[in-house]
Amino acid sequence: MNAEQTLIDYTLRLADNALILGQRMVENVAAWPELEEELANANFALDFLGQARMLYSYAGELEGKGRSEDDFAYLRDEHEFRNVLLLEQPNGHFGDALVRQYLFEAAYVHILGALVECRDEQLSAIAARAIKEVQYHVRHTSKWLIRLGDGTELSQTRVQQSLHDVWRFTGELFAADDIDIAFQETFGGPDLSAVAALWRTDVAAVVSEATLVLPDDEWMATGGKQGRHSEHLGYLLAEMQYLPRSHAGATW
Amino acid sequence: MVASDISEQQVYEWLEQVPDPEIPVLSILDLGIVREVSVDSTVTVSLAPTYSGCPATEAIESSVRRALHDHGVEAPVIKRVISPPWTTDWITRRGRQKLHEYGIAPPQKSLEIACPQCSSLQTELVSEFGSTACKASWRCRDCLEPFEYFKCL
Ligand SMILES: [Zn+2]
Repeated sequence: MNAEQTLIDYTLRLADNALILGQRMVENVAAWPELEEELANANFALDFLGQARMLYSYAGELEGKGRSEDDFAYLRDEHEFRNVLLLEQPNGHFGDALVRQYLFEAAYVHILGALVECRDEQLSAIAARAIKEVQYHVRHTSKWLIRLGDGTELSQTRVQQSLHDVWRFTGELFAADDIDIAFQETFGGPDLSAVAALWRTDVAAVVSEATLVLPDDEWMATGGKQGRHSEHLGYLLAEMQYLPRSHAGATW
Repeated sequence: MVASDISEQQVYEWLEQVPDPEIPVLSILDLGIVREVSVDSTVTVSLAPTYSGCPATEAIESSVRRALHDHGVEAPVIKRVISPPWTTDWITRRGRQKLHEYGIAPPQKSLEIACPQCSSLQTELVSEFGSTACKASWRCRDCLEPFEYFKCL
């Protein structure tokens, strides 16, 4: 794999993660039980969409075929998306969405930390911008996890179930494949086993403070990073891509 | 007008007239997002977005383009620079003063946020999130007025 292609592939993975989680959060706009969380969710979603836009624009520049950020977001099919499976899982209830976001961002923050130091100037700059937002999100979501876990019997039962339900998707975050390894070797990208260790420590601390139990590592689902998705992504894309596909070039 | 007749100082004066669309009392210079102005064959303005997803970014870029155009600059170049990332530390002293007068508590490192109405430190956080991504909602326990706080980032 040549260095240029590695960089494009890696950038698109980051972009797809940001877009798909951002879109899932957008689906929850106007659904949250109180105004403060409503605003938090919408603002966080906006951060992800902003990150996705910067990353897609950069991938388009690298590729040099004139594809725009919108082309990447709206005109690719399911198998062309490279987001991790965790992020395309359905929203469920408040606790489910919170746990999904927390588990991802607890890893993402360390991935961004490594990217800030990587040898690609533009990715490093995007990561330096994004990490400030993600650190803030992690503070917010970990507080909520603690509040729900260490809350009522009902909230604890439900959020413990949320943890169990998505745990099998967390392994993929750290399963390094050819692209991850090539990106690490060529550009000084993140070492995913080191990220996994940091993640584990952080998550264990928050889960313990939340008086919850860390699920056992069982079989881990993978494939999203290679374009093999769960059935949920298709529905997400159908909704997200409907307008630009049905009315190509529409503006307002 | 040809660009060579324009001084950088002149461009800064024009940019002083471009407000932040979300907090119009601040100019984009007060906000600290104008990173560089250069004048050669054309005028180039480098701007730092405040947040990745800040909806104001494009509005600001088009306002700058329009402001320069109105002053006869035919094809200004607007650059987006994301490194180093913008921080609230870049809001100028004058910008902080304007925020305070407008009723928004300016960002600060200390945990004691003074009420912009009565300067009391007896204030409390109502919501981490406010009308825009960059502001939190606070309340003064002395004068009882609610106010917004520009979060330190
Ligand atoms: Zn007061």
